[in-house]
Amino acid sequence: MTLIEEPAKTRPVRRLTEPDPAARSRGGQRFLLVGLSLASVYSLFPVWWLIVASTKDRTGLYQSNGLWFSGWHLWDNLHQLFTYEHGIFLRWTANSFLYAGVGSLGGTLLALATGYGLARFDFPGRNLVFACVVGSFLIPIALLTLPLYLLFSEIGLVDTPWAMLIPCLINPFSVYLAKVYTEATIPFELLEAARIDGAGELRIFFSIVLRMMTTGGATVFLLAFVNTWNAFFLPLTVLRGENNWTLNIGLYNWSGKRLESGVDLTSLVLTGALLSIVPMAIMMVAMRRYWRSGVTLGALK
Amino acid sequence: MIRSLRWKGAAFTVPFQLGFVFLYLLPIGYAVYQSLYRSQSSGLGLGGTTDEFSGLDNYQQGLTDSAFMGSVLRVVLFACVQIPIMLLVSLVLALFLDALSSRMAGRFRILLLVPYMIPGVVAAIVWLNLYSPDVGPLTPLGEIFGFSWNFFAPSMVWPSIGNLLTWHGIGYNMVIIYSALQGVPRDLFEAARLDGASELRIARSIKIPFVRGALVLTGMLSIIQMLQIFNEPALFRNVTPQTVSDSFTPIMIIYNQAFNAGNYHYAAALSVLLALILGVASFLFYRFTSKETD
Repeated sequence: MTLIEEPAKTRPVRRLTEPDPAARSRGGQRFLLVGLSLASVYSLFPVWWLIVASTKDRTGLYQSNGLWFSGWHLWDNLHQLFTYEHGIFLRWTANSFLYAGVGSLGGTLLALATGYGLARFDFPGRNLVFACVVGSFLIPIALLTLPLYLLFSEIGLVDTPWAMLIPCLINPFSVYLAKVYTEATIPFELLEAARIDGAGELRIFFSIVLRMMTTGGATVFLLAFVNTWNAFFLPLTVLRGENNWTLNIGLYNWSGKRLESGVDLTSLVLTGALLSIVPMAIMMVAMRRYWRSGVTLGALK
Repeated sequence: MIRSLRWKGAAFTVPFQLGFVFLYLLPIGYAVYQSLYRSQSSGLGLGGTTDEFSGLDNYQQGLTDSAFMGSVLRVVLFACVQIPIMLLVSLVLALFLDALSSRMAGRFRILLLVPYMIPGVVAAIVWLNLYSPDVGPLTPLGEIFGFSWNFFAPSMVWPSIGNLLTWHGIGYNMVIIYSALQGVPRDLFEAARLDGASELRIARSIKIPFVRGALVLTGMLSIIQMLQIFNEPALFRNVTPQTVSDSFTPIMIIYNQAFNAGNYHYAAALSVLLALILGVASFLFYRFTSKETD
């Protein structure tokens, strides 16, 4: 846990110097490249297949070679996807963005405040709060979700967007990350100086701490967004009517219908699956500087 | 620290604490409370049901429920096979990356991380279709080499799911191990090479012991996830309900007890049991792996 003292964006310096001499021998290098290339093919071919499949019509999908194109029907598939059941797919997309976007934004703000409080103030019960945060990593999701469903149905929240948004606000892992980032970026001296200048605690938090925590905050937001976007058990449990579903639940449902009612939704499912990757991919590529550090940080907990 | 300042600091954490009480402690307490009751149909079954205190009966039933304990065993056995394979592949790839120049390593790292960017449900949908005898390319590919494999046969379901999880998890685990590898002091290698050690020997005797912590950690995270596996078998059940039963994994049983059988009390007891099993498994794994380092 002490491995994370440095700010996460610094990279080890030695990487900028020279490659590991292990790569110096030609044969060795070739062996490494072949191994890594094979692994890359394994990683990429399912995605390639998905892209190819979403450009095919029904006959192409069932009869042509799966790994190569056969006709270009991507626009037809998209049109069919967006108009099926009065554009329910677009509704699910909007829902996914709403839950992941708003929920993660709120959760990130709360987490930054909590992490700052835990990292920079010594109040009674602080260790207990932190113990709760870390302990909750071990709680199985079913143990939380089922009673939450019952409690939410008591107060009429089941099957409303709130049933997704409220649980997203409280994210112990975000708090943990926020605490680590605060420790790495906010010096005590700076806070002291601001206090001597007469700044109030709230003002210090909003105009100094939050600004210095943009990198950390972005990472926390990104990881929370990805988590909510990928969530399955919670939305499956608390969202009943299809108007409130997320993309995941909608695709799961379609993937099952293919079997039940004789309707062939295969190409809808595949095109929808491809589209649901796009926001993730854009977000991860655009913010790769942040999430890489987040992934490693998360691992060192 | 000045007294008032302490309380102001505590105030920053109050919203989270309140939320934690309502979204974590209260639900857990409620689950434990529910698990101690049973619904009894009153009278001649006309007056609906009432909840009656039943002590630990639900737990006793859970511990002797062969479907539940069978599903735990099934998942544990699966974890014992899949997690080592996945971590071994990730470790080898991380070692390969570590031996390349940083530019090459960066390129391969992005490629190998692509599966991690794909939501779990979508990953399962993609592989289900790849496995599918109707639309998937793997069946015709197998025929070329003289295999006629059926990925949904009872004996193939776990390998099929295992391949899906491995595909999805390699990149993430590789990155964690790789960043641990970057922390190994380089002069150790120079010294070892001067002593005539081969690259393989250096990997085995220096690099792998050094990333032990990262391996323990990724192993722990994988175990926690695996005991709660739900998405993948649920999606497989969509396609092959005859091989993936509705009591395939512990969480599937809990979900069915709660929402299909309407037996919340029993589902609550099972989820508490699963939490305890998870705690014990994590503890044992941690003890087992940290003992060896002493």
